[in-house]
Amino acid sequence: MHQTFTITEVHTENYRTKTFIFDRALPEAQPGQYVMAWLPDVGEKPFSIAGADPLALMVVVVGPFSEALHRLNVGDRVWVRGPLGQGFALRGRHHLLVGGGYGVAPLLFLARTALAAGHTVDVCIGARTARDVLLAGAFEKEAVSNQLSAVSPFIVVRVTTDNGSMGEKGLVTQAVEAAIAAHRPDGVYACGPVPMLTALAQQCRVHGLPYQCSWEAHLRCGLGLCGSCELETSTRQAAHIPAGWLVCKDGPVMRDG
Amino acid sequence: MPDLTCDFLNLKLHNPIVLASGILGTSADLLERAALAGAGAVTAKSCGPAPRAGHPNPVAVEWEHGLINAIGLSNPGAEEEARMLAETRARLEPLGVVLIASIFAGTVAEFGDVAHIIARARPYLIEVNISCPNVADEFGTPFAATCESAAAVTETVKRNVGGIPISVKLAPNVPNIGRIAAAAVEAGADAITAVNTMPGMLINAEAGRPVLANRVGGLSGPALKPIALRCVYEIARTVRVPIIGTGGVITGRDAAEMLMAGATAVGVGSAVGTRGVTALGSIAAELAAFMTQEGYPTLEALRGLAL
Repeated sequence: MHQTFTITEVHTENYRTKTFIFDRALPEAQPGQYVMAWLPDVGEKPFSIAGADPLALMVVVVGPFSEALHRLNVGDRVWVRGPLGQGFALRGRHHLLVGGGYGVAPLLFLARTALAAGHTVDVCIGARTARDVLLAGAFEKEAVSNQLSAVSPFIVVRVTTDNGSMGEKGLVTQAVEAAIAAHRPDGVYACGPVPMLTALAQQCRVHGLPYQCSWEAHLRCGLGLCGSCELETSTRQAAHIPAGWLVCKDGPVMRDG
Repeated sequence: MPDLTCDFLNLKLHNPIVLASGILGTSADLLERAALAGAGAVTAKSCGPAPRAGHPNPVAVEWEHGLINAIGLSNPGAEEEARMLAETRARLEPLGVVLIASIFAGTVAEFGDVAHIIARARPYLIEVNISCPNVADEFGTPFAATCESAAAVTETVKRNVGGIPISVKLAPNVPNIGRIAAAAVEAGADAITAVNTMPGMLINAEAGRPVLANRVGGLSGPALKPIALRCVYEIARTVRVPIIGTGGVITGRDAAEMLMAGATAVGVGSAVGTRGVTALGSIAAELAAFMTQEGYPTLEALRGLAL
């Protein structure tokens, strides 16, 4: 059943992205899991959980539903069911987080979870242009606050853009290569567009690194029943995902792929 | 170890657990996954004459006593479905798992057309879905509502399937389901599947709106079990054909109850949502454990006990 959440803060992240903070926690939510957010008479769409206590959702405008969400203000209500699906499962102590575009949404939550456990984190963010880069500042802030205490782990952020308007010019996989060379992680955790994830999966296999990718699909029931969210066979095979794997229930994060 | 082998018409299922239509039955990969998870038979999602996207979200929600859904018969159309079924059949054969197709249509004549196309894929059984509760806006009252319309569809489908056995899937919300089952059997149904979901509605009080985009939907899961047991019981007392008893079976004990009501095989749907796809094999194992505990050596020993 949907639970009612009230918006307490709205942060503008970039020209088409807002983060909504709600009035209470979503119990049991893990980084990489998602919720179905429902606006009566508008629709219901999946959003990865950007924070659990209190619940936070990052919303990029892609269509009528996200436009309707962007029109909401502090005090307005959103109906949510979840947490749903399988999230990231941290293995080891040094983690490389890779976000492409809007795919960084669940990674700050994951980074904070890892840092709280005393682990170390590197982050690679890829985007088309500087204005599409999301959360780079928030990750930097985590880095600074963690460096203030000598015993705390640190965080290194690398940014790439297609046109070089921020960070290094090129694809995020270049930054991943540099990150691996500088400090080999115990595992790679990624969310982003399908071509980025299939390329990254290949890269991780070359390096012999375990990886967990969060995949996107057309989600409907969210319960592993309706069969709407199977990945394309070519994508599934490229990323070594088993046949019949459902993004909504077995994923969105494919663990140990 | 009790014997779970289930004789169903001319078919031999290695256990009586059947993946119900509408759950995971949209591709060969998913049907194979359900088969590998331990089902004795798997039913594809219903297909109609033409591709359908189905209803917008929300299409399914969990509530206190089960699920409610209005997916809206999403399907790729009969031609594409027949190709999928043929591939699935080839994959399931070595596993010894029976493939059941499922068809729906808006008119009696269209039922005949869809049946004809699907029969080419040679599924072992064709389920005739005359009871989807979620498309009334387009298709009107389901054919399962009266003896006459149920018989008309059954007779037309039977003429178009080239000897493949058919099972007619009935609706729970009728005054006398036994009479409708009898009408279907008289018109040529080889088996009966009972029941489809129960029409229902959820309203979110804070929102003041229906939860499903389709406003109304079909209830399934634990809330449906006593309704389904009663329907299967009525049908078993009225006709002498095998019944796939479906509705609210979550555990092996539920499956035993369905067999005791007179079912020959047991459909499982919502449990896949709450327990995962492995529920299919788990329910079969739990049924075996129950039979051992209670001293039933075969399914025949408990079938129809409550009649």
